[in-house]
Amino acid sequence: MTGRAERITALLRERFAPARVEVVDESARHAGHAGARPEGETHFAVTVVAEAFRGRGRLARSRAVHEALGAEFAGGLHALSLTLRAPGEPGAE
Amino acid sequence: MSNPVFERIQSDITENPVMLYMKGNAMFPQCGFSARVVQILSHMNVPFKTANVLEDPELRDGIKEFSNWPTIPQLYVKGEFVGGCDIVTEMFQSGELAGLFEKAGIPAKSAA
Repeated sequence: MTGRAERITALLRERFAPARVEVVDESARHAGHAGARPEGETHFAVTVVAEAFRGRGRLARSRAVHEALGAEFAGGLHALSLTLRAPGEPGAE
Repeated sequence: MSNPVFERIQSDITENPVMLYMKGNAMFPQCGFSARVVQILSHMNVPFKTANVLEDPELRDGIKEFSNWPTIPQLYVKGEFVGGCDIVTEMFQSGELAGLFEKAGIPAKSAA
């Protein structure tokens, strides 16, 4: 079975062809809190640097990521901390 | 709109210039992400109203559908969806949030 971090990474690569993608499972930091599950895999920090984001506002970028990960939200993904940049923007490196 | 939760949300965001849907309340946030947005708004000295989605499962699902946004917290300013914790934090740091409040005629202290 593949873990959620790997699935998220694969979905983001497929959707955005990103120059960089980083997915960090932060579930352990939220253990015991509402929405956390004993098996973990609920809270992730995601950084995506992709040309696809250029010219799009913050809401549009986040919505595109939420849409790409719709099945994961339906399957227990609870929180995403998103850093979404086009190449060359501050924070993209 | 015949959905009663949607009607309630619509009237909340219309009547309250700064409306925050969160877990817990401003005094006792029950989630780190909600706490951060409360902290930013408090730091900026912006008057805001909160709704606790943990007390109301219908609201918790309803606001996600209403905003087409899968996570809590959610901030509305003058009836417009601004974003969740990441976006509010980034906009605070860049000064855009202060600009948004200024444009909306809401007195706020800027980031600096």
